Amino acid sequence: MSTKTLSSSIDKCYHCGELCEDELVEFDEKPFCCNGCKMVYEILDENDLCNYYDLQNTPGINLKSRSYEQKYAYLDNVDIQKQLLNFSSDNLNKITFFIPVIHCSSCIWLLEHLDRLREGIIYSRVNFVRKEVVIDFNPSIISLKTIVELLTTIGYEPEINLQNASRTKAKKENRKLYLQVGVAGFGFGNIMLLSFPEYFGFEGLDHSVRTFITLVNIVISLPVVFFSASSYFVSAFKGLRQKYINIDVPITIGIIALFTRSLYEILSESGPGYLDSLAGLIFFLLIGKWFQSRTYESLSFERDYKSYFPLAVSRIRGAVSEMVQITELKESDLIEVRNQEIIPADAVLESKSASIDYSFVTGEADTVQKIEGDYIYAGGRQVGSTIQLRIKKEVSQSYLTQLWNNEAFSNESAFDPLIDKISKYFTVAVLFIAVSAAVYWYFVEPLHILNAFTAVLIVACPCALSLATPFTLGNVMTILGGHKLYLKHMSVIEKLWNITTIVFDKTGTLTQNEGAKITYHGMPLSEEENQFLASLVSNSTHPLSRVLTKHLSNKTVQSEIVDFKELEGQGVLGTIKGTEIAIGSATFVGGGQVESEVGSSVVHVKIGTYKGYYRIKSIFRNGLGNLINSLVEDHYKLIVLSGDNQSEEGNLRAIFGENSSFVFNQKPEQKLEYIKEMQHKGERVLMLGDGLNDAGALKQADVGYAVTEDVTAFTPACDAILYGQNLTELANYLSFTRLSKIIILISFTISFIYNLVGLALAVSAQITPLFAAILMPLSSITVVAFATFAVRLLAKRLKLV
Amino acid sequence: MTVIIILIIVSILVAAGFLAAFFWAVRSGQYDDTYSPSVRMLFDDKKKESKKNHVKD
Repeated sequence: MSTKTLSSSIDKCYHCGELCEDELVEFDEKPFCCNGCKMVYEILDENDLCNYYDLQNTPGINLKSRSYEQKYAYLDNVDIQKQLLNFSSDNLNKITFFIPVIHCSSCIWLLEHLDRLREGIIYSRVNFVRKEVVIDFNPSIISLKTIVELLTTIGYEPEINLQNASRTKAKKENRKLYLQVGVAGFGFGNIMLLSFPEYFGFEGLDHSVRTFITLVNIVISLPVVFFSASSYFVSAFKGLRQKYINIDVPITIGIIALFTRSLYEILSESGPGYLDSLAGLIFFLLIGKWFQSRTYESLSFERDYKSYFPLAVSRIRGAVSEMVQITELKESDLIEVRNQEIIPADAVLESKSASIDYSFVTGEADTVQKIEGDYIYAGGRQVGSTIQLRIKKEVSQSYLTQLWNNEAFSNESAFDPLIDKISKYFTVAVLFIAVSAAVYWYFVEPLHILNAFTAVLIVACPCALSLATPFTLGNVMTILGGHKLYLKHMSVIEKLWNITTIVFDKTGTLTQNEGAKITYHGMPLSEEENQFLASLVSNSTHPLSRVLTKHLSNKTVQSEIVDFKELEGQGVLGTIKGTEIAIGSATFVGGGQVESEVGSSVVHVKIGTYKGYYRIKSIFRNGLGNLINSLVEDHYKLIVLSGDNQSEEGNLRAIFGENSSFVFNQKPEQKLEYIKEMQHKGERVLMLGDGLNDAGALKQADVGYAVTEDVTAFTPACDAILYGQNLTELANYLSFTRLSKIIILISFTISFIYNLVGLALAVSAQITPLFAAILMPLSSITVVAFATFAVRLLAKRLKLV
Repeated sequence: MTVIIILIIVSILVAAGFLAAFFWAVRSGQYDDTYSPSVRMLFDDKKKESKKNHVKD
């Protein structure tokens, strides 16, 4: 076993690499940051799997805040098992898990040696790119639930939901594209090779050999045209049926013109045809398409509430409790929710008390205390003992999930890519030139009519044109990915070009989850006074009170507060043990004016007499001010859309300046409606949000960014996932995407110039197969090279690489 | 000159063989995950010795 990490990482957890600040567990002469990590080490050590630590230093996943006890009970339900298993028989089951935390070679190694950990697991195989593991197991020895619990114990918690099933479809599509590229490449290479004698004008070739070569060319070109290029025909046909000319229409015209003219020339023995150019064209087009299809397979951009909620929950009827799927829950059913489970529907608490963590919904990490009879919204997570709840609304009708019934979730907004806008005019222009050329030759030399007409269609085939967008945007996407801004698809970049308004959610997006820096200035407070304060603020829901509550969380809270009052915009007031306590603004408490600092709030304290004040330093992200300044300079309209109350408005105004708008107390649906209203006013909206309460707004907005601290964690459906720490770079990313449009336009111009040169020769009926065979790849390669280098150069200028 | 016809046929057959190999590779999923095989081949699989077989359940 390796000991090399020991010396270099005295207080770094041997398992997960986190600094052991709060706690240090020593085991086997190695430091661990928590018992969870130690336990994983123990399990691996016992089974001789410590190779895990040799492949990478500290590969483990931190287990501090996880508990899974009873969480997976629903996996014993046969119906649910059936939906999850890929294959099942008496002694062999197959299942695919999506495990977002897979990140290194040690992960692969451990997950592929699960069979050593438990009997009954037969085989396991990791797909690193998709972050999936396929497990074969014997259900008579080990249950599905045990496997999931085992995975969770060692830190690889799978994400289980019924949506994952749809992921396999995309895989099939991808494979077909690979095959199409393969066939086109095969055709391109071989036809070109066989055409070489023709290029160099080897007149010495036998007539029979020549005929043979051209016939072979035709045979090879058949699968290229009818298999590799088939998707272009389909797409062009679909477009035309909807009276819409997309870029595939001129491509299809070009392919057909090339193919029929070549066939005609070869069969009539009037020439060698253009089959080499044809295969080359299709090959390059497919490369562009492949580039375009690359996505972040391991990230999920399509999650709705179903992926947050458990698949099943235990329902209590009389004395029996049984697991039922949450879709079967009816009003007034009694359900049981255990520690760490999510409440699936709006319900009333039947147990004495509960503490609910709404971090999925609001992005805020604090738990909320509830008591018997309280109404609890779906989406919260119970922390602590098991509770019982009486369902008030069905799952799909609950406060939060109702959002998904909104039409924003059912219709994909129609979007015109730039290339399709151009292709309309392009196609018309090409047809016009082709017809004019034919008309001209009709009067001058009728023999050339067909020649000139088809030649125009051939050289005008927009191969280079259609490569410009995928290669420019593909490179932009890769560079942004390096900064942990993961776009769902490159079309998102085109939508970003037109953005006029940026809407921010507040909590979790503008604010940091780590919390505020708090300093106290004034007369020192005694232990009892601190307790008084803690008691008072713990009763207030104001965000600053919550921050203070957290700060004072180690103080005992006194329960009897008399005359508790919370005055909006001023402060909190109460009397404990006869002492009047007030905290809040200077005028309210009676303190002197304190020098104000941007991004910090001052809370004055009076316990009997005036004591001093707390300065609460910005809970907003560092560098937010600079970001806002740059965005304002770039003429974006900025709006903050928050579910919280106005209390932070002053601070926000200081950062955002006077021209921005602030809207508070917004419910999830109101957020969605607000965005819709903006769009009706003609604004193009970029929404940044995190929790589920922003899900509607993210979907409605032209572009929705989900902001998250952990890109593998839950994020609502969105167009892009942005790593929270990099939010302050947003302005830079936006200018990068904006400037990429210029690169595309220049690429278009380059390909137009090639087309014009070709056209000039085509209308004069001078084009030869050799010339076409050179022009086509040359134009494509120029455009691809230009797009790639220009994007890299731009990224360097903006200091993104 | 007919020898060139035979050569062409042979060369195309060889190329077709490679195309078939490519088809097989794609169909058997070798292009689905292009990262883990490169790591997997570096794992040295020590024989599992009889120390302790399984975690007690």
